[in-house]
Amino acid sequence: MDKDINIKVKVWRQNGPKEKGHFETYPLENISQGSSFLEMLDILNEKLINEGKETVVFDHDCREGICGMCSLYINGHPHGPDEGVTTCQLHMRRFNDGDTITVEPWRSAGFPIIKDLMVDRSAFDKIIQAGGYISVNTGSAIDANAIPIPRDDAEMAMDAAACIGCGACVAACKNGSAMLFVSAKVSQFALLPQGRVEATQRAKSMVAKMDELGFGNCTNTGACEVECPKNISITNIARLNREFLKAKFRD
Amino acid sequence: MNTIESKIPKGPLAEKWTNYKNHQKLVNPANKRRLDIIVVGTGLAGSSAAASLGEMGFNVLNFCIQDSPRRAHSIAAQGGINAAKNYTNDGDSVYRLFYDTIKGGDYRAREANVYRLAEVSNNIIDQCVAQGVPFAREYGGLLDNRSFGGAQVSRTFYARGQTGQQLLLGAYSALSRAIHKKQVKLYTRYEMVDLVIIDGRARGIIARNLVTGKLERFSAHAVVIATGGYGNTFFLSTNAMTSNGSAAWQCYKRGAYFANPCMAQIHPTCIPVHGEFQSKLTLMSESLRNDGRIWVPKKLEDVQAIREGRLKPTDLKEEDRDYYLERRYPAFGNLVPRDVASRAAKERCDAGYGVGSTGLAVYLDFAEAIGRLGKDVVEARYGNLFQMYEKIVDDNPYETPMMIYPAIHYTMGGIWVDYELMTNIPGLFAIGEANFSDHGANRLGASALMQGLADGYFVLPYTIQNYLADQINVPRFKTDAPEFAQAEKEINDRIDRLMNIRGKHSVDHIHKQLGHVMWDFVGMGRDAEGLKQAIVKLKEIKKDFWTNLLIPGNKETLNVELEKALRLADFIEIGELMAHDALDREESCGGHFRLEHQTPEGEALRHDDQFSYVSCWAYQGEEKAPVMYKEPLEYEFIVRQQRNYKS
Repeated sequence: MDKDINIKVKVWRQNGPKEKGHFETYPLENISQGSSFLEMLDILNEKLINEGKETVVFDHDCREGICGMCSLYINGHPHGPDEGVTTCQLHMRRFNDGDTITVEPWRSAGFPIIKDLMVDRSAFDKIIQAGGYISVNTGSAIDANAIPIPRDDAEMAMDAAACIGCGACVAACKNGSAMLFVSAKVSQFALLPQGRVEATQRAKSMVAKMDELGFGNCTNTGACEVECPKNISITNIARLNREFLKAKFRD
Repeated sequence: MNTIESKIPKGPLAEKWTNYKNHQKLVNPANKRRLDIIVVGTGLAGSSAAASLGEMGFNVLNFCIQDSPRRAHSIAAQGGINAAKNYTNDGDSVYRLFYDTIKGGDYRAREANVYRLAEVSNNIIDQCVAQGVPFAREYGGLLDNRSFGGAQVSRTFYARGQTGQQLLLGAYSALSRAIHKKQVKLYTRYEMVDLVIIDGRARGIIARNLVTGKLERFSAHAVVIATGGYGNTFFLSTNAMTSNGSAAWQCYKRGAYFANPCMAQIHPTCIPVHGEFQSKLTLMSESLRNDGRIWVPKKLEDVQAIREGRLKPTDLKEEDRDYYLERRYPAFGNLVPRDVASRAAKERCDAGYGVGSTGLAVYLDFAEAIGRLGKDVVEARYGNLFQMYEKIVDDNPYETPMMIYPAIHYTMGGIWVDYELMTNIPGLFAIGEANFSDHGANRLGASALMQGLADGYFVLPYTIQNYLADQINVPRFKTDAPEFAQAEKEINDRIDRLMNIRGKHSVDHIHKQLGHVMWDFVGMGRDAEGLKQAIVKLKEIKKDFWTNLLIPGNKETLNVELEKALRLADFIEIGELMAHDALDREESCGGHFRLEHQTPEGEALRHDDQFSYVSCWAYQGEEKAPVMYKEPLEYEFIVRQQRNYKS
């Protein structure tokens, strides 16, 4: 049964990208365990407003685990201690009375801090722009059932396509690598006949962009897969490596 | 009196769109390069439009309120997208999709628009598959379909419970390609704060850079609004936190008509409200009604026992359960349209049969489906939804029935547009949920994705040329025109006014009050007395807002509370217009249910002789009552009937 708990939240405060940041600790009383983690932060912000203080800035939007906007590093885990959920799906019943909860932004060279817990993830958009698509203009498509696609292939493509682009994989990785994110997109299209045509080129362009934007190398620690809220598998990274090698051999 | 010109092409229903395309004006490739188009919003409608217009050669500026176009709330649509492919050979056709959609909308949409929507639905599926959208497939490799409310055929394409996500990512990938090719310039973390009109035409916008807090000016030959609906007027809704009605409201204040504002959809299957601190409501896809059965206990003593925890729902005998949708609507059963299902839930709860701690919940039960199909099949179909439910409620829906209750989900009303999707302001277009759209008084499930993409991929890219063809000699605009300076000054003054209130209430505090008034008086059941009360209460809330609001921080910096305050100022006014419109429409139709107008069985009672029109509200200035013009809805091709889902 959900009860009310008293907690302390230790939050990273940083005024801007170039400013020095620090932790601040706020006590909160009578937080219902039925509330979500972000609702707990709403309560904190309401309290700060009432005290005339500036609110804690954090990214969030859909609050149902699909937009990929929320991005908190909670007690040392991207999206917190629960598995297979985003921050917005995390509920306070995962915490106990008297807990001190540490909340930080994603920390990675690829994601500079904008303010407090909000980071700039536009690097992910740039990687997709480098080749994360199938080149088809509006209106030029053939009938949807013209190419049968084996169900298992479509399902595997869907598994990869479930990535929400939140960046937890990068935040979890000691090298700050974006390989899980890139490989999910490369895999989705490489598994489908309509995406095969550009598969190798796509892998090459996206990896080149990822390197250019300051993301680290993959050393197969598997931390990304563990922390991914959508359980994207690292087998996608193996598939990306295959496509990438094929491209290199062709050069 | 203004006349409302909908510009519906002449000719037989099935030929109107083809005729239009054959005779509309086009812009040649060399001229396209010289024309700028602003697209505000990056959801299904916005990103598909921006990508398509960019590919065609126009110079597109695309604005996104989040940090990436992929975050737009279209991403959260779960169930599916309709199309008249008839792959399942169950007798579907463009005509049937048209008919179901217009009937589902309770005959308050335009025939020609809805027919066009059904016509292009098949192209959408083709387009999405070509982009790599991994729709569900059969073992033979062909696409799978499922059923949705309001239809007797299976015409809904889906990608697990994440169809909106996959379609949005498809449009996002097309948009990303266009950005890469420099056909589209993308502005993220920008919010439109005003529309700029020069010589009666839409020529640009003022946008606030949400990171720096600075106001910036952008000019173009045409402006496209694709900013979604205004469901967050109710505070608690299934919309995302930043979803707002402000861009549409700015257009209204600059002279665009706001159409059918009272028509809001209340979705029957959402996770019930659990506390005062709640920030939003979570939808459970309508697709669940394919296999889930909705019920409440038959006897009040069982209700009491369940609420007190003395009885488990699973222990209740079959004959003691009231599967009220199956009882009342034998032909459609659990798959009646959303408005009907929502009202039926309210009816049972109002009569005292609701379950859960608040009594405001009904069961959605999968025991029968698990028995019939096996747990594996149910998990394959709805696994992610079940997981989502369990995380929020801490209850396992494989073992105990889900609890659900209706919540605000979608707004059929919006900016008035003609057949070309242009507003009454030349050069201003509105697409997707932002326009008053093709859904009439009630949208069927899996039709929002269809309409957003139809507008963005296949309708606007044609119709906008008919306008732009006359603009090829108009040089690019400078943003130092006095109209830009004036608009920027006005919004700057408004921001100063908000910052200087320095009262004692947060934005959310006031927004919650607004939500309560909207839900209680402008919600699922409305009557004249309640609506009049609502109008008085909304005035008080408006006064409270402008005298007691507290925004910490400064204006020229990242300030989330200021962003929310600007949106709430508009939500309050939208709420007022919704109440006025609901009061004017003395009939029940679709999502608009006036308690005074119902059949003896409690169904919505339309009055076609008096209310067969689109209400088009025109802004008259601060503190002045808006004027309403009527666009008559003439039905040339089908006969309107009392909607019947019983037999």
